[in-house]
Amino acid sequence: MLCDECRRRPAVVHITKILNNVRSEVHLCEQCAQGREELTEASFGFPKLIASLFDWGPAVPGVRRETQCEGCGLTQQDFRRLGQLGCPACYERFAPQLGPLLRRLHGGAKHRGKIPGPEGKGIKIRRELESLRRQLEEAISKEEYEMAAKLRDEIRDLEGQIE
Amino acid sequence: MSFRTIINRDGSQWMKGAGPDQDVVIGSRIRLARNIRGIPFPGAASHEEREKVLQMAKGATALAKNLGQIDFVPLGDVSPLDRRLLVERHLISPQLAASGKDSSVILRDDEAVSIMVNEEDHIRIQVLFPGLQLKAAWEMCNRLDDLYSEQLDFAFSPDLGYLTACPTNLGTGLRASVMLHLPGVTITNQIRRILSAMGSFGLVVRGLYGEGTEVVGNIYQISNQVTLGPSEEEIISHLENITRQIIAQEREVREALLKQGEIEDRLYRSYGVLAHARSINSHEAMQLLSDVRLGIDMGLFKGLKPTILQELLVLIRPAHLQKMVGREMDAGERDRQRAALIRERIRTLQD
Repeated sequence: MLCDECRRRPAVVHITKILNNVRSEVHLCEQCAQGREELTEASFGFPKLIASLFDWGPAVPGVRRETQCEGCGLTQQDFRRLGQLGCPACYERFAPQLGPLLRRLHGGAKHRGKIPGPEGKGIKIRRELESLRRQLEEAISKEEYEMAAKLRDEIRDLEGQIE
Repeated sequence: MSFRTIINRDGSQWMKGAGPDQDVVIGSRIRLARNIRGIPFPGAASHEEREKVLQMAKGATALAKNLGQIDFVPLGDVSPLDRRLLVERHLISPQLAASGKDSSVILRDDEAVSIMVNEEDHIRIQVLFPGLQLKAAWEMCNRLDDLYSEQLDFAFSPDLGYLTACPTNLGTGLRASVMLHLPGVTITNQIRRILSAMGSFGLVVRGLYGEGTEVVGNIYQISNQVTLGPSEEEIISHLENITRQIIAQEREVREALLKQGEIEDRLYRSYGVLAHARSINSHEAMQLLSDVRLGIDMGLFKGLKPTILQELLVLIRPAHLQKMVGREMDAGERDRQRAALIRERIRTLQD
């Protein structure tokens, strides 16, 4: 098979494009393939994909809506280019814009995994308290008072640990 | 033990050691991404900031007890060839190999632990074990993380978890993956169905050398996609459950193939080519090694070690071949060297 572009050299690169359910194929030789946009990483890299899920807000003509992170100076433009945040503080600074992206990536979930250091202990206890209080309500609604008494004691213990 | 002796030896623990379910699972890997509070991520940090992270990581490594025999290796000290060698062994990423002097890797002498400093995140802890050992690898990774978090203040938010440069790693910062050898379901074409189902289980499939690499030698890498929401234990047991189902299916197919008997001829032919070829490219070698490994698992080729696949799949890569010979080689020379190495290995192991 000859290259679709130069019609001289044999085709070694085969590109299948599916756009709006329409399938098209291109066959190229190595030289002609090198210049193709489809094959350069920048045209469809992972960072671009990430950045495309970022909520840029409505474009207001004449107004530059450039938010910048105080921690590292990252702007929305930078994020669009890099597909990465600049520093830990960016997550707070760009929280509204990141919302839709995080929902797509992680289903809007909250962290339930490991928590570092001493600060972690408090969060762990609060998480457990929440779950115990739910169980207590359930026990009361089912009139399982022995269970409820046990849960109440556990809750007291944990509350003591927080103070 | 110094860095020199580590990379001069001919393999990592995961390439030689035995592990559970090794007839299908080559290795299990756990990776944790961590960043230090108040310092920009490596991609946005200045040289001074990256240097600071390097010093902090070095200090924490020195203070952390029970890390085992480890080596802090500044990347500036590693030649381009040795960097590629580390990539081929899955000890560092291609991204770290391409970074400048202000990055480093911390290696344990058995190469089961490697910690990258200033890759995409400040610190990436990786544990790589042979066979299906996700839980054991997680426990070790978790302990290492505890040791480092005693010295370093990791960026964390109660709702978003550990904060990472890329939002895809947010939360647990955990990527768990298994490297699977699936010749049976590939030959019978069931692999397509399995692969397309992975997405709906929240798992991603890749080739041997990570993102965007093609599948060679019937080796697939499967890992979790979601990092925020489920706990570490949930992520790991989910991946393990799915892996067990794939293992069961692969074993079933292999048994059926063995009963039919047609496969035997193909496997012996593949062995024959590897035992006699004078020049072979890595793609063909991987394909044939996969056949030989399948044969070993089916009870053929008595005397050959099953680890021949994972060992050779690294040793026949370009950087390893060049390291072995001690000089740069072009593709043709490498093909001849590769064929010679495989011939030798296949024969020595048969004795």
